[in-house]
Amino acid sequence: MQGAALMGPGVVWYVGIAAFLFGIGALGVLVRRNPLIVLLSLEIMLNGANLALIAFARSAGNGAGQIFALAVMAVAASEVCVGLGLVVALHRRRLAMDVDQLSELRG
Amino acid sequence: MTVVLAASGGNVVVWAVWVVAGFACLASGVAVVSFANPFYSALALIGNLGSLAVLYLLLSAEFVAAAQVLVYAGAVMVMFLFVIAYVGPQQETPWKGGPSWQTLGAVLAAGAIFVEIIVVLGLKAGGRLSHTEHVNATFGSPGWIGRLFLTDHLLAFEITSIVLLVAAVGGVILGEHTKRERDDLAGQR
Repeated sequence: MQGAALMGPGVVWYVGIAAFLFGIGALGVLVRRNPLIVLLSLEIMLNGANLALIAFARSAGNGAGQIFALAVMAVAASEVCVGLGLVVALHRRRLAMDVDQLSELRG
Repeated sequence: MTVVLAASGGNVVVWAVWVVAGFACLASGVAVVSFANPFYSALALIGNLGSLAVLYLLLSAEFVAAAQVLVYAGAVMVMFLFVIAYVGPQQETPWKGGPSWQTLGAVLAAGAIFVEIIVVLGLKAGGRLSHTEHVNATFGSPGWIGRLFLTDHLLAFEITSIVLLVAAVGGVILGEHTKRERDDLAGQR
């Protein structure tokens, strides 16, 4: 036994899903104005990239893609930590939850 | 003969699982972007992450799928839901009524990204991507990932820990800063 082949659809189909996820996430980041939903859309973009990384790792039979995906997950957790900190800070200062109005970051 | 039949039956099952998980993934992705209420968006994102974990399992990335469910659907989304509950319901307009030039530009940009990726895929699909390597049973298992992390990718592992530390410090500073300013305001009064 030489090892298991990939069953079901080919890697290209997974990467197609990843491309759609990245596109819809980019649309959400650009169009939506609530910072919470912008953060959620950013998560979708990161997950699209993760799916592409894992699909390519499976295609090449190489583990580096999965390692990279785990690193991306750590970066996403960090980004959520800081982003939600910003949202809570906005809420405490009673600023509007609208990324269009937050044009300056000076305290 | 039975082996071939069993293999094709497994293939059909994998296809069915892929179709369900892929459709759930795309639909929940659209739902996250289009819901007006952030709470519903966060719930849809949990569905998105779950179906992505199924896709990771199909790609024999068991440890990444488990970490996805634990870290994302567990920790990160609970934090999101806490903050959404803390901030409370927001008065916000979901999509602007008419497509202003900003929205139109955003849709064009996102569509351009999608089309670019698909075109590049179409150009490359006849070559290396159509050939998928055979992998061992250990591919994607926790022990294998751990060995890779501590041998070949040790630098990435350590840098990841530094990134998490910096983010934690940043979160603490963001929270503490606003509290101090509020105390200053209270003292001036």
